[in-house]
Amino acid sequence: MIIQAISFWLFAGVAVASGVMVIAARNPVHSVLFLILAFFNSAGLFVLLGAEFLAMILVIVYVGAVAVLFLFVVMMLDINFVELRQGFLQYLPVGALIGLALFVELVLVFGAWVVAPEIAATAAAPMPPPAQVSNTAALGALLYTRYVYAFQAAGMVLLVAMIGAIVLTLRRREGVRKQRIGQQVGRRREDSVEVVKVRPREGVS
Amino acid sequence: MTVAAVFLPLLGAFIAGIFGRFIGDRGSQLVTCAALSLAAVLGVILFSVVAVHGHTVTVHLFTWIDTGDLQVDWALRYDPLSAVMVAVVTVVSCMVHIYSVGYMAHDHSVPRFMAYLSLFTFFMLMLVTADNFVQLFFGWEGVGLSSYLLIGFWYDRPSANAAAIKAFIVNRIGDFGFILGIFAVYEIFGSLQFDTVFAAAPDVAHNTIPFLSREVDALTVTCILLFVGAMGKSAQLGLHTWLPDAMEGPTPVSALIHAATMVTAGVFMVARLSPMFEYSTTALAVVVVVGGTTAIFAASIGMAQNDIKRVIAYSTCSQLGYMFFAAGVSAYGAAMFHLMTHAFFKALLFLGAGSVIHALSGEQDMRKMGGLARLIPWTYALMWVGSLSLAGIIPFAGYWSKDMIVEAAWASGTGVGMYAFWLGLFSAFLTAFYSWRLIFLTFHGAPRASAETMRHVHESPWVMIAPLLVLAAGAIFAGAGYHLFVGEGREGFWRDAILVLPEHDSIEGAHHAPFIIGILPLIMGLAGIAVAWFSYIKRPEIPGIAAARYRLVYLLLLHKYYFDEIYDALLVRPAMALGFGLWKKGDGATIDGLGPDGVSARTLDLSVLASRLQTGYLYHYAFAMLIGVVVLVSWYLLRPAG
Amino acid sequence: MLEIGLAHYLTVAAILFTLGIFGIFLNRKNVIIILMSIELMLLAVNLNFVAFSAFLHDLVGQIFAMFVLTVAAAEAAIGLAILVVYFRNRGTIAVEDIHLMKG
Repeated sequence: MIIQAISFWLFAGVAVASGVMVIAARNPVHSVLFLILAFFNSAGLFVLLGAEFLAMILVIVYVGAVAVLFLFVVMMLDINFVELRQGFLQYLPVGALIGLALFVELVLVFGAWVVAPEIAATAAAPMPPPAQVSNTAALGALLYTRYVYAFQAAGMVLLVAMIGAIVLTLRRREGVRKQRIGQQVGRRREDSVEVVKVRPREGVS
Repeated sequence: MTVAAVFLPLLGAFIAGIFGRFIGDRGSQLVTCAALSLAAVLGVILFSVVAVHGHTVTVHLFTWIDTGDLQVDWALRYDPLSAVMVAVVTVVSCMVHIYSVGYMAHDHSVPRFMAYLSLFTFFMLMLVTADNFVQLFFGWEGVGLSSYLLIGFWYDRPSANAAAIKAFIVNRIGDFGFILGIFAVYEIFGSLQFDTVFAAAPDVAHNTIPFLSREVDALTVTCILLFVGAMGKSAQLGLHTWLPDAMEGPTPVSALIHAATMVTAGVFMVARLSPMFEYSTTALAVVVVVGGTTAIFAASIGMAQNDIKRVIAYSTCSQLGYMFFAAGVSAYGAAMFHLMTHAFFKALLFLGAGSVIHALSGEQDMRKMGGLARLIPWTYALMWVGSLSLAGIIPFAGYWSKDMIVEAAWASGTGVGMYAFWLGLFSAFLTAFYSWRLIFLTFHGAPRASAETMRHVHESPWVMIAPLLVLAAGAIFAGAGYHLFVGEGREGFWRDAILVLPEHDSIEGAHHAPFIIGILPLIMGLAGIAVAWFSYIKRPEIPGIAAARYRLVYLLLLHKYYFDEIYDALLVRPAMALGFGLWKKGDGATIDGLGPDGVSARTLDLSVLASRLQTGYLYHYAFAMLIGVVVLVSWYLLRPAG
Repeated sequence: MLEIGLAHYLTVAAILFTLGIFGIFLNRKNVIIILMSIELMLLAVNLNFVAFSAFLHDLVGQIFAMFVLTVAAAEAAIGLAILVVYFRNRGTIAVEDIHLMKG
């Protein structure tokens, strides 16, 4: 029990702290790194909750792909190391108020909310005991049967995103030499060689 | 025939006004003069038929107002009183039209002028043939409008515009009294028809009505209110300030409107309402006092004026005073008689002055005239005729009418009557004095105009002289009407048109007045001529010395007793300030500010405010969305359950 | 304190969510921070889903969290692509300089 509590507080604390640093860090690269840290700690929290598959997915996809993508872009763009601009404080009061209001409401909901007693019976997809079926297997059994359409749709979404990203950022550069295999292979003797009768002392003109 | 006499001038005005551009100057002049000449002929015939031979007729045109108890019709009433007026108005107007052909020959807008003259004549005829108070008021307002249009005829002159507005506004003040009077009539009698009112007048003679929260004698207050209207229209003391300024209009206008016809509408009205006035001695007394005071007041001012037309204008004002105090002592016949003779000789004087001005290429200041007698002999002679008639020298027409008025005042026996008698006598002296002052300054002595001007002096063309001759004939021979107007034949002549209660019959008393009373006005007139001759021919230095010795009196007279200055400071400026304040603050700031301008300005402000939401900054938009989400959630959370 | 219940996880998720919100409009530096804040918010939501799934013994929460993950990845990719193109055209990604839509 105690291990769980300590782990929880550790993971939660670091996650929150990293979240703060994400938005407060001056160097954008630091922000991305802190984001990665937040993801790792959230993965830890997921593990504590028994969703180890999701935790690993978080690390692999989120950290390994998305956060790295962020890093790439941050490094690629010529971002000036700007000082904190003056107007930051202008919105602080209102922003703080809004954020506080939201947070209070969220907490209020948790506090006043009670679990209905028969909720266990109405579970949409009852979780099999983890001792018998591993989390991954259980998820797979559910995903490829009941939610296969959503799964395919998600695939389409990813495809569209990939194409979209390429379409947006592709640019043709003039003057770049590229290999055009088809052209190379399809070259004929007539196109490349020309026989010229040269008279002495006249040269080729 | 009755209808034609009234509506022919309207037809002429319509044609000249609307089609003036197409028929040109000549065409307009022809049409209007033809219409007026025909109307004049009809007017004289009607005078003969209705007045002399005694056939009264009322021509009903059509119904105007028919609501509840109030019924008002358009009807032309021809009785001796209106027949006299119709004849006078049409004849004088015809002469003025013909004269204008010559006088306004070089003007830019001849059709407009002729149209306005004819329009005025129509309104005047509607006024005098009115069968009820409302139609009378219609004509009253119409002549006021025409007067405004004609005084401001040369509208590019600011002084002319100002004079036109002044005339209209001062008239309006009188009209306010008139309207109150009409309301009182309806309140008392329940009808606005003359016949009904006159028949009922004796019965209500001692009734009272509440006025200004006091019970006052009904007929007295009504008649006084109506008389206020007459004071405005006829330029009596207090509401006289517009008449001298009205000389800004062309001279034919002055002759027609401000001498012969419009200003006499007030006198006509009092005579027409004699069945009402007779039952209120207070109202009659007021009329006498106002008339008498005006007579001497205006005559005194006329002595010191330098503009030839202003002298004649004040003369008109003074003579109107005579007519009013004649009416006030119940000598309505005498008042009408003087109205008729005055129309002729005053129009003659004005048109003659116009001839002088025309000869001197526009000069109107008498101090720059002189030495014209031999150069424009016809005009000179005709001015003499007019002045002799005005001064009341026998056997000219003016003598008969003015004499009768003064005698009637003496014979009335009342205190106010005697007051008017003495003032009338003294005014006769002043009248003769300023008339001959005018003649001597204008025609005699060495020429004071520039040599250039004198070289262009020429007699007026025949088209201008001929009407003067006709008017001169009237000024000389109109005295023949004595018998019918005020003599033995007056009963048979006036019949029901004028009511004179037996105890008020001053004309009767005048016929039995001692010889000396009859001679006194003549003596005063001759004395006036003598003094004028002495002061301006024999010893021309006297006027200068007198003006210097009695400087204050001279200034008082020259500046018209400072009436204009007093009115300006007391009434005009506060009124203009009030109007300006109401315009800027009331209308502009309050009503416009709260209404259209205010709404549009606030809309603009709001939209500017709203457009500030479109900053273009992404994070502002994200922030806005967030705030929206929080608001939604909060509302969802906090709303009352169920 | 020692007993870790549902409320603890939900509170953590709430804090992370709020931090993400703060990040969107409090940052004046550049647009990448906005994208990262969105990732933070999605992370918080995922945490919520998984926490509920664990305490209600219902696998649907985890399925949905996986889908959220998928979409988040796609969205991050497209968002960054847009950012790159924008930077190529404008030369800056400072938030203050992005106001072409000003009305």
